[in-house]
Amino acid sequence: MLREDIIIDIFSGWRSFLRKCLFRVLRVGPIPSHIAVIMDGNRRYAKKKKIDDMTGYDAGALALLHLIIYCMELGVKYVTAYAFSIDNFRRQPEEVQKIMDLTMESVMLLTWISKLRSVRVHFAGKLQLLSAEIQDAAKRLMESTEVYNNFVLTICICYTSSDEILHAVEKSCKEKWDDGIGIMGYDKGNDYERFIKVVDIEKHMYTAIAPDPDILIRTGGEYRLSNFLVWQSSCCHLSSLGTVWPEFGVFHLAWVVLDFQKNYRYFAKKKLQL
Amino acid sequence: MEFFQDGKVREGSSLSLSLSGPLAMMPYFLWVAIWRYKSLHISKLQYLAIVIESEDCRTSNVIELLQWLADLGVKHVCLYDKEGILKKSKDFILEKFDGATLFQENDVLLDQPLMTLEFASFSDGKEAVAKAANVLFMKYLKSGSISSYQGEQIFTESQMGEALKTVGLCYLSDLLVGGNGPEPDLLLVYGPARCHLGFPAWRIRYTEIQHMGPLKSMKYGSLIKAIYKFTMVQQNYGK
Repeated sequence: MLREDIIIDIFSGWRSFLRKCLFRVLRVGPIPSHIAVIMDGNRRYAKKKKIDDMTGYDAGALALLHLIIYCMELGVKYVTAYAFSIDNFRRQPEEVQKIMDLTMESVMLLTWISKLRSVRVHFAGKLQLLSAEIQDAAKRLMESTEVYNNFVLTICICYTSSDEILHAVEKSCKEKWDDGIGIMGYDKGNDYERFIKVVDIEKHMYTAIAPDPDILIRTGGEYRLSNFLVWQSSCCHLSSLGTVWPEFGVFHLAWVVLDFQKNYRYFAKKKLQL
Repeated sequence: MEFFQDGKVREGSSLSLSLSGPLAMMPYFLWVAIWRYKSLHISKLQYLAIVIESEDCRTSNVIELLQWLADLGVKHVCLYDKEGILKKSKDFILEKFDGATLFQENDVLLDQPLMTLEFASFSDGKEAVAKAANVLFMKYLKSGSISSYQGEQIFTESQMGEALKTVGLCYLSDLLVGGNGPEPDLLLVYGPARCHLGFPAWRIRYTEIQHMGPLKSMKYGSLIKAIYKFTMVQQNYGK
């Protein structure tokens, strides 16, 4: 389903020209630096179209590829997508396996796109839960794209915010230990602020490669974060769309960006206060 | 209604005709709205959080909102604003609003005669997690255990919860071990934009977030509608 010729079509043609005209208009106002998406509604899309769930996921993957291209053209620098949650392992094993197969296919396609458009790809999450094959492919892709910084794509896989926070706390503690805090000794009094600060925890987050998102889009008509970027979304415009993810298109993106621009001053003020 | 007389259309009659349909339907719509919202299953809403933009924090509006919630039967409410203005006005709010007590440590979410109120601010979010991290670090420093762990997970969510309990945020401990504590089911945002403004991240993993607009233009009908929408939601929790 995911093929290079489909990607080439998205980049070229009269649709691309019209899109660029639309984005030129949007760029009159402030453009978000970082967009995060919760890609909800793939199974509902499949049910609506009377196709099997896996074809729904394929359509979802294609929608994500479209979004990446749209964001590159618009001038967004960071995109973070919630591909697979640790909670999703509770689904049927066949479904999980099919999603993993789709992930492998997507890694191959992203390898090709990253060379075409200098995209840095980062996988955020507890990657040790993935199969060795996917882990190796993901690590190779991350290493090969480390040098690119025009556009950064973060795929959250085997990810939850609670695991991310816990992981960041652990890393902070180990870092302080390695810095010799343990050797220097410690105050036996109660001091809850001495060693580890918020900035130490934040630099060890899985998604530390990107700044906090400006917009967090959830499709499928739901109004919750589902354990995605709850730490990073303090001053983030939360946008909930009724459309299911595979049907998310350029006009939905334009709508979300316009909504963001309407509230831009408010969010800019809030970020300065942090 | 006669709108054609002697072959002539009376002025305004076409307008009357166009309005008569919708106006005639108004009682029906009102009846549907009353019937629908009368069957509000408030018991599904165990814990409600309200995020208010600090610049809009008028205690009179807050007290009126609490009164509406008490009338609806909401038993446990957390009031949050980023700068802690509500926290500072805690005593005043509790004094003016008779129907509430302060949420205490070890309180469980059972039916109580009075509403329990919790007050939170930005310092109860990320900074609290940093403090908890220090508690854990000091604990393992004393035991000398950190150095022996290489790449493995050294803390569990329950330990993180215990650490958060130590810094005075006891409800988070239950949250981390299985969600029995007061993680808000619904979070209402009263402000210019839909944003949780730093509400403690650990507590809103699966919370429904509804944007209600500015506090000064709050409406009872909007509140009921938001709660009704929440009661109709089905969550899969990843499944």
